[in-house]
Amino acid sequence: MRSNELPLISDAEASVLATYFGRRALLGTGCVAAGVLTMPLSAPAQAAPGASGDAEITVDQARTAPIPIVIPVLGGDTGQLVSSVISGDLGNCGLFSPINGALPVGVPDFGTYKSLGARALVSGTATTGSGGLRVEFRLWDVLTGQQIQGTAYTAGAGDARKIAHIIADVIYERLLGEKGYFNSRIAYIARSGPRAHQITRLAIMDQDGANSHYLSGGQWLTLTPRFSPVSEQLAFMSYANNRPRVYVLNLATGRQQLLGDFDGISFAPRFAPDGRTVVMSVTRGGGSDIYTVDLASRAKRQLTSSGAIDTSPCYSPDGSQIVFNSDRGGTPQLYIMSASGGGAKRVSYGNGTYGSPVWSPRGDLIAFTRIANGSFSLGVMAPDGTGERILTQGFTVDTPTFCPNGRVLAFCRQTAAGSGGAGFSSSIGTIDITGFHERSIPAVGMSSDPAWSPLNG
Amino acid sequence: MRLKLLGALGMAVFLAACSDDTNKGATTGTGAAAQTTGVTPGSEADLVANVGDRVFFELNKNNLSSEAQATLDRQAAWLAKYPQVTVQLAGNCDDRGTEEYNIALGERRANAARDYLVAKGVAASRITTISYGKDRPTATGDDEEAWAQNRNSITSVR
Repeated sequence: MRSNELPLISDAEASVLATYFGRRALLGTGCVAAGVLTMPLSAPAQAAPGASGDAEITVDQARTAPIPIVIPVLGGDTGQLVSSVISGDLGNCGLFSPINGALPVGVPDFGTYKSLGARALVSGTATTGSGGLRVEFRLWDVLTGQQIQGTAYTAGAGDARKIAHIIADVIYERLLGEKGYFNSRIAYIARSGPRAHQITRLAIMDQDGANSHYLSGGQWLTLTPRFSPVSEQLAFMSYANNRPRVYVLNLATGRQQLLGDFDGISFAPRFAPDGRTVVMSVTRGGGSDIYTVDLASRAKRQLTSSGAIDTSPCYSPDGSQIVFNSDRGGTPQLYIMSASGGGAKRVSYGNGTYGSPVWSPRGDLIAFTRIANGSFSLGVMAPDGTGERILTQGFTVDTPTFCPNGRVLAFCRQTAAGSGGAGFSSSIGTIDITGFHERSIPAVGMSSDPAWSPLNG
Repeated sequence: MRLKLLGALGMAVFLAACSDDTNKGATTGTGAAAQTTGVTPGSEADLVANVGDRVFFELNKNNLSSEAQATLDRQAAWLAKYPQVTVQLAGNCDDRGTEEYNIALGERRANAARDYLVAKGVAASRITTISYGKDRPTATGDDEEAWAQNRNSITSVR
């Protein structure tokens, strides 16, 4: 049954692994190692993975027909946890339909899994021992009987969820042909207390709501965390010492620094795509101007001086343009200008007012908040303002943030407080950019201001 | 990773050692100006009870109504009477705008009130401004009446 003659991974698979290794090397965490499984299960007749594209399952109906995938409880003492995390990731994203099934012994009996309606199958073991965690994972194409992927991971004993997210990302990429986003985090604001004076804390969690914890105390109003795209840093706004300003927190060291020296309130920070500067808004007189601050030199550069409110700046992923919110034309609308500050052009023309623009990491969409007749909507449009689509609506839906591959938005949903404020709730939801698969992230309490991280190292 | 978290928590403890942020008078004040006795002259309570600590704004606007101007006239006179007093003007918004836009809009309102007081002779050095956007509402309802109360600039003694 076993053979070492045929390659277990294709060039594409090798490049996936190299990407993960590369990120880890870059960030220097080094806590996870992955390797190709050296003991193939495949019979020679089934084992040829073929060229890189051959093993990809075509999913042109993915929006309406999620891919049925059997995710059994993996073997080993940590198998249950790893399987449940993989299953949660793939099921929650809406593009997969996890199916329970028996863990195959040896080469799977594909007829059985076919009869379940499955297209793909996961098998493997997850064992935690004195040497840490070892997870062996295989992904199979049920229809062709091919092994699509076979990888062994070794990591610290506490990294089971992380490895499971990495595996879910591999499955997503192998079956959909684009990078996943499950091994990522969401920074947010944890809220508590009465509506009129909420306690706010900077907080962070895995994208599925696990491992949530606070990063700051609740003494000062704290808002709008934003991830660096390249390093373990958050920019955010704090009212520390009753001076609302932008700070940068280094997640690795816990060191927090004021960013920029301004007379006005500095707020609405966003990192540039290269992570070297932060663009933000600074109040002046009756309005606010957009500035950049260089993280290394602290040099300031003023990009706008309209006298109106210019705020919520966000770079295009190539760094050449900035979308922002301005009421220079009378009401809050979306504008795009060059990254150096010139040539602002209005792009929002629908009914009502607009705000909170954020550029997709793919570059092809801008997500925004639209307010009309006292009600909020969350939508997307092309960067030239065409093709506007509303994805979801509510009393308040605001602060959209894209997941690393641009496929899903997280946002804050708040309900009407009602007389006395008891009806107020604030939670973080997610929705696919197609407008399907809206859900809320459970496991954290009252929360707002989500900011999706890049893929973890 | 655990070490990193401890570092972050250390920062949190440091922050917690500082004093709380406040939007003083946010739940007690009115725009009324009926004379009330029994409060310390020149105090926050005096300002709230006998002068009127806040002015209100229209939706998405920072224009000062005649009523708002009358309140600020009384505040200017009161500040002239108590020259040792410094004040903070806190701008606030209803929750029908985005979080970030409302921070700037609240500051725009606080600055409008400050500019008026300065024009009436109050030294700019006695006034600081802040904006809480939509995060410190006075009224918690969801109708026009509640929203109108939350579109304000609140003056408090520092």
